[in-house]
Amino acid sequence: MMVAADKEEEVRKIGQAGTLESNDVMITVVPGKAGSGVFIELTSIVKDQYGDAIRRTLLDVVAEQGSRDLYITVADRGALDCTIRARLLTALTRAGAVGKKGVV
Amino acid sequence: MKNSIGREIPEVIEGYGKTIPFAGAFTIQPAMNRQAPKVKSMHPGRQKVVDTLESVFQQIPITDGMTLSFHHHFRNGDGVVNQVLATAAALGIKNLKVALSSVFPVHETLIAHMKNGVVTSLDTNYMSGPVAKAVANGVLAAPVVLRTHGGRARAIECGQLPIDVAFIAAPAADEYGNLNGVQGPAACGSLGYAFPDAEYADHVVAVTDYIVEYPLAPISIPQCRVDYVVKVDCAGDPKGIVSGTTKITKDPVGLKIAAMAAKVIEAAGLLKNGFSFQTGAGGVSLAVAHFVRQRMEQEQIVGSFALGGITGYMVEMLEKGFFKKLIDVQGFDLEAIRSIQTNPNHLEVSANFYASPFNAGCAVNKLDVVVLGATEIDVDFHVNVVTGSDGVIMGGSGGHADAAAGAKVTIVVANLLRGRLPIIVDQVLTATTPGETIDVFVTERGVAVNPQRPELLQQLVAAGLPVKEIQELKAMAEKIAGVPQKLKTSDRIVAVVEYRDGSVIDVVRQVNQ
Repeated sequence: MMVAADKEEEVRKIGQAGTLESNDVMITVVPGKAGSGVFIELTSIVKDQYGDAIRRTLLDVVAEQGSRDLYITVADRGALDCTIRARLLTALTRAGAVGKKGVV
Repeated sequence: MKNSIGREIPEVIEGYGKTIPFAGAFTIQPAMNRQAPKVKSMHPGRQKVVDTLESVFQQIPITDGMTLSFHHHFRNGDGVVNQVLATAAALGIKNLKVALSSVFPVHETLIAHMKNGVVTSLDTNYMSGPVAKAVANGVLAAPVVLRTHGGRARAIECGQLPIDVAFIAAPAADEYGNLNGVQGPAACGSLGYAFPDAEYADHVVAVTDYIVEYPLAPISIPQCRVDYVVKVDCAGDPKGIVSGTTKITKDPVGLKIAAMAAKVIEAAGLLKNGFSFQTGAGGVSLAVAHFVRQRMEQEQIVGSFALGGITGYMVEMLEKGFFKKLIDVQGFDLEAIRSIQTNPNHLEVSANFYASPFNAGCAVNKLDVVVLGATEIDVDFHVNVVTGSDGVIMGGSGGHADAAAGAKVTIVVANLLRGRLPIIVDQVLTATTPGETIDVFVTERGVAVNPQRPELLQQLVAAGLPVKEIQELKAMAEKIAGVPQKLKTSDRIVAVVEYRDGSVIDVVRQVNQ
């Protein structure tokens, strides 16, 4: 099982990944206080059609990585699911919220 | 009640009236005489030139509740609509119906006039920008009537869109009301969409910033239909009227689609001497023209005519002998303007000649092939070009449904995915052009043929084109992007989409906020 972070200070970093290009997504992860839960702020050009799906994907990735207590800001330009997963994983890694072994 | 393509249409729509449900592309037949405008006389020595729009309003006079019509050849450089409506507002006139063939972002001032009751009704064929958004959000109590280019001509001629005063944005005029579109600072080329307005309105006002010595030559709209000539400082902004050049797309996916569409045309056996063709001015459409031209060059084929909105690319094809004629209802660039005023084989025609279903024959009927776009297409091949993915109005038929109905083979080209959104859906949000008039749908991942055209299917398969069922293409897109959720709309109808024959093919309902 993945460990959320080795040290306190790593968790507090802000992690960002992605761009605002078409078909990409920019994801910013800010680790929150213990017990604050996962909060997603989503803007998307396809929110009407894929808003729920995007949230599901984000929560799946967070759960897979064993992360908790995150404030995730998502600016989506119509990214596919695989892109959203990759960008979130990278953002989590940069925030120190993913164990180093977990990322290839 | 449901119309013949299964869209729910109320029998009566408040602010529109009783509806005629769409019953098929060629089902409804006309049973009326043509509309007749007021008969005029003009005594020798009387003048038509009027100094101000205010003065025209007072002389006609323009009163509450009238229908004022405008055409859209000035596109996003138009100054006439805004000046006329500002005059109406200043004079305290209310409840006007604006019949403007297309609405552009430059017409944003319409929103204020709608809010303060100067304009309470809008009739158009295409709308984009802030006005479209405001309408989609319910700024008008009465639904907007969305027509096709041919349908607007038909409605004017058949008396369903009676016009009190037509304002003609005239790039050049003489003092006695002869007009053309090819001279002056606001030159726009063909004035085709204004012809029905000029011919059938009770009063016709030319608005121009360029008056030449009598008689003007050439004459597009003649003095015998024009009552007043108003000189304004600026009728339109050339930068918004014409684009310098129209370019072929560089997007590899767009090029792939275009190349495939050109192969479809050839496989259908249409690429031969006498070939007639219409395509839009968009990058992919132009690219189709480019690939068609390559094949024409290789095979030494001389086409008959190209039709519709004319770009420099089409002018080049005329001048190099790929087509014998251009039939032009609207020119998009400087080359189109230069050509129409110098080349006798470049014909200026009216919207009626171009596309009206209720006359003794329109030009789209003579088309072999038309290449069209789509914002959505459904598994029954019905096409939406009215509403965007957010449900907000962002376009309109223009000549889409007309050309689709007329052409022997109608090809719709689009990317399988637009951003993340699959282009193929179970049911389009707004049906604009009925599937029975669409023959082939071309995407970068395959070609779908309307099952009503089995012989065409065979031709395309025989030619080795990647033919697939439309459901198969839809599944392919959904596998990549996921299945989109449907938009939720309210019951409130913000626009009535008329088919070219005046029946109601669909309505646009306000999107839930």
